[in-house]
Amino acid sequence: MAQWKRICTLDEIPRLGARVVERGAPPNIALFRTADDQVFALLDQCPHKQGPLSQGLVTDTHVTCPLHGWRISLVDGQAQGADAGCAATVPVQLEDGWISLESSHESH
Amino acid sequence: MTAHPPLNSLQPRPIAERTRPKLVVVGNGMAGVRTLEELLKLAPDKYDITVFGAEPHPNYNRILLSPVLAGEMTLKEIILNDVDWYENHDIKLNTSSRITRIDRVLRQVFSADGRVEKYDRLLLATGSTPFILPIPGHDLPGVLSYRDIADTDAMIEAASRYHHAVVIGGGLLGLEAANGLRQRGMTVTVVHVMPWLMERQLDRPAAELLKKSLEDRGLQFKLGCETSELMRGEDGRVCALRFKDGSTLATELVVMSVGIRPNTALAESAGLFCHRGIVVNDTLQTFDPRIYAVGECVSHRGIAYGLVAPLFEQAKVAANHLAEYGIACYKGSVTSTKLKVTGIDLFSAGQFMGADDSEDIVLSDPAAGVYKKLVLKDDQLVGAVLYGDTADSAWYMQLLKDAQKVTELRPHLLFGQHHLGDSGHKGETQASSLPDHAEICGCNGVCKGTIIKTIKERGLFTLEEVRQHTKASSSCGSCTGLVEQLLASTVGGAYQPADGLHKALCPCTDHTHEEVRKAIREEHLLTIPQIMTFLVWKTPNGCATCRPALNYYLISSWPHEARDDPQSRFINERAHANIQKDGSFSVVPRLWGGLATPAELRAIADAAEKYAVPTLKITGGQRIDLLGVKKKDLPRMWADLAKSGLVSGHAYGKSLRTVKTCVGSEHCRFGTQRSMALGVRLEKMLFGMWTPHKVKLAVSGCPRNCAESGIKDVGIIGVDSGYEIYVAGNGGIKTVVAQFLCKVASDDEVLEVVGAFLQLYREQARYLDRTVHWVERAGLDFVKQQVVEDLEQRQTLYERLLFALQGTEDPWTEIAANPSHLQEFEVMSL
Ligand code: SRM
Ligand SMILES: Cc1cc2nc3c(=O)[nH]c(=O)nc-3n(C[C@H](O)[C@H](O)[C@H](O)COP(=O)(O)OP(=O)(O)OC[C@H]3O[C@@H](n4cnc5c(N)ncnc54)[C@H](O)[C@@H]3O)c2cc1C
Ligand code: SF4
Ligand code: FES
Repeated sequence: MAQWKRICTLDEIPRLGARVVERGAPPNIALFRTADDQVFALLDQCPHKQGPLSQGLVTDTHVTCPLHGWRISLVDGQAQGADAGCAATVPVQLEDGWISLESSHESH
Repeated sequence: MTAHPPLNSLQPRPIAERTRPKLVVVGNGMAGVRTLEELLKLAPDKYDITVFGAEPHPNYNRILLSPVLAGEMTLKEIILNDVDWYENHDIKLNTSSRITRIDRVLRQVFSADGRVEKYDRLLLATGSTPFILPIPGHDLPGVLSYRDIADTDAMIEAASRYHHAVVIGGGLLGLEAANGLRQRGMTVTVVHVMPWLMERQLDRPAAELLKKSLEDRGLQFKLGCETSELMRGEDGRVCALRFKDGSTLATELVVMSVGIRPNTALAESAGLFCHRGIVVNDTLQTFDPRIYAVGECVSHRGIAYGLVAPLFEQAKVAANHLAEYGIACYKGSVTSTKLKVTGIDLFSAGQFMGADDSEDIVLSDPAAGVYKKLVLKDDQLVGAVLYGDTADSAWYMQLLKDAQKVTELRPHLLFGQHHLGDSGHKGETQASSLPDHAEICGCNGVCKGTIIKTIKERGLFTLEEVRQHTKASSSCGSCTGLVEQLLASTVGGAYQPADGLHKALCPCTDHTHEEVRKAIREEHLLTIPQIMTFLVWKTPNGCATCRPALNYYLISSWPHEARDDPQSRFINERAHANIQKDGSFSVVPRLWGGLATPAELRAIADAAEKYAVPTLKITGGQRIDLLGVKKKDLPRMWADLAKSGLVSGHAYGKSLRTVKTCVGSEHCRFGTQRSMALGVRLEKMLFGMWTPHKVKLAVSGCPRNCAESGIKDVGIIGVDSGYEIYVAGNGGIKTVVAQFLCKVASDDEVLEVVGAFLQLYREQARYLDRTVHWVERAGLDFVKQQVVEDLEQRQTLYERLLFALQGTEDPWTEIAANPSHLQEFEVMSL
């Protein structure tokens, strides 16, 4: 059974921004907030060369990796355009303004 | 008055009205299908689409028939849209189905194989047909033209059975056909009626060089010869040509390549106005408003194009109107030519022959096989022919398209943009001379063979596509020239460099940088969402290219008024430190003019120890880099550094970077001016200045120039009587020597001129232009006029800069002291 753990409130992530959640061992989790207040979570590792996606620029439902500019879908982690690769998605919940992650989450 | 709503709004709409309108495309070739691709991008579900194509194949890359004929590629590799593509987009494809009649009243098309299809919109893209000389014997077996897969197959088949071929026509296609047949082992003679080859693209000297290299490859030529008859042999096949002068030439195969004619038969039979093509207006609409036409079959403003690039531009406009956006306009294209014979480098564009009112600049080195001719008129480049060295063809094409004044460039115009050499590929500027395994892109390790293979197999036509698919030229961009050459030699004239003056800011908009800035100024726009709404952005919140640009345009246009948007800044500027490959950051404190006190050095050393900084390094910019700092440690480290007065060096920003100085007259036995003092003054004045790209200055105390002022955005050289100011140098990807701007007598004047120059750059350059790129476009004359000659203008520019910089604070101190800014640096845990 999934154990949901409250991490922060929606307000603690800037719109079109991200926050980093450490989980004991790397990689971290990147929490993203879109312009219309959807929340997504990915492992904070670009499929290209493990760039920290949390540091990227968020547009619509994508993030552009800060290291070499791959564009990754927040929805399914897929690299867009001609690039091929996939970042691992992490289940995330937004309820009553609180963002929760599964506390027993294992890396994919 | 009744309060009833109109009747029809209460009733369910009849089924027929709810089905989608029907779009029928006649001609399953490059222009027609490209229009569909563009349409699907804009309005994927708008139409019920049916395509008719006379050929039995899905859409293929016609221009690559030449490499297929030469045995360098297979037919399978040149398919652009396979059958699945049509299916996935719900497009009904009828192959081997030629439309023979259009009924414009019933709005139906009829095909030779008995199909009837209704249309609401019709798109004609019937291409062109090879012109056949109406001479006796033109229809004999063994006489072919060169247009499609069937022709190519027939030639390949003939090459396997016969030995001797004649190609009539020494134009682009004829030569590619001849080369292909030769590659397949035939002896080939090219018969051409004009005195030199490719007379519509080349002048005589270039054509002579071309002829010589083709002769070296085993082709034979008969120039100035008019064919009067094709003679029939005993087996019924063509056996010889007879010329006007009565002489004959034996052969087993004749390929006629003497030109093309727009294929207008169908349109004419339907009563559409045609004149050397189906006549269309600037929206690609024919005289029947329901019928559009694109490609080689159309005549636009009196011109029928025979190359792919203009057709693609037409496709974009036609799609825009079919999607009922109604805003695009086709105004014609400037085209250039490239012969796709492996190893031959040739380029021609514009009015290459020159005329009485134009001037030629010519370089001719026949022994080296190099010929270049540039044609200038009214100080603009209007034509070019390059043979043997086409490294600068994209640059010339850009100058030509943009109709840019070349007054200042003139002395070195012929030597090209690249004569100083970019870094990263062993100084090579000629792609054709490199072997397949040569590394083209030094950043991403992509070699020539890979780039060519990808261009062919993926059907790429633009630089942007090559960047996406191969990564070549997508990082520092120094190999762009080489990649453009490879693209041009692979797809011929189908590659046309992008328009330099009217370049859209990014794919989210069609507006140029200049238009966006104008709107910000004139409409007093203050936020990114306001810009996007006002200029009708195509994406909800932009992309990683436009958002940082818009943010810069806002804060530079409305200082103290527009608010900075951290989420639209690249991470380095958001975190005020440079991100490293492992996600850690580097910290470079400012050392004004490269000077340091013992206390500052001690503070740096202490911080390095306290935060276990793995690497301390002296940078190329006269300061110290602390590399490998964890993001969450940044604010505390900054607070520590601030105690000794150290502030941000902005090593991460599109902003003032360094002011490099030499020791100057303060210490040096040769020094004429106090370069350290002036450098520090400049750096203090410009501290915290955001700019389109980074800005670097240098001040040297005498012409020995130990601070390398010659390769800086602004370089100052002290002389006995004052200072020389140089601008627009660059020491990075491409070394560019700074140009002399003016000489002044005092420190104060230096500050004012430099301030005015940089303010003009801030106001006019496009985001990510270094000063060199901007001055190249704006012209040094203009810059001089604004900041040297017009004293009033200089003064106002300078004042605007000082106003923008008023009250600038050190971002490090500000963040470290302000808990509300710390969120960016804090990490949460699970
Ligand atoms: C640290 C330093 C190298 C060093 O160890 O010496 C450096 C490091 C970087 N340079 Fe540089 N450049 C450094 C001096 C230079 C110089 C020399 C100079 O400033 O005198 C040049 C050539 C001069 C010039 O700019 O004209 C230089 C030309 C570049 C370029 C090419 C710019 C161009 O327009 O051609 C880039 C790429 C870019 O900016 O897009 C670049 C980009 C970079 C980046 C920011 C790459 C990146 O995007 O991550 C590097 C960041 C490393 C880091 O995390 O710290 N760096 N870089 C130097 C910092 C100087 C400083 O104190 O601020
Ligand atoms: C060998 C060769 C090399 C070339 N090299 C270059 C080059 O290097 N660079 C460059 O820019 N251009 C090159 N071109 C020209 C380029 O291929 C054309 O400009 C381009 O293909 C024209 O596109 P289009 O859609 O107008 O016509 P096409 O691609 O010819 O498409 C028209 C299609 O319509 C079909 N059709 C015609 N009438 C009907 C009808 N009534 N019913 C149904 N279908 C019909 C035809 O069968 C054809 O398939 C080359 C052409 C050839 C033949
Ligand atoms: S510091 Fe500059 S030259 Fe060195 S690897 Fe990085 S970008 Fe390239
Ligand atoms: S690591 Fe993300 S693009 Fe390279």
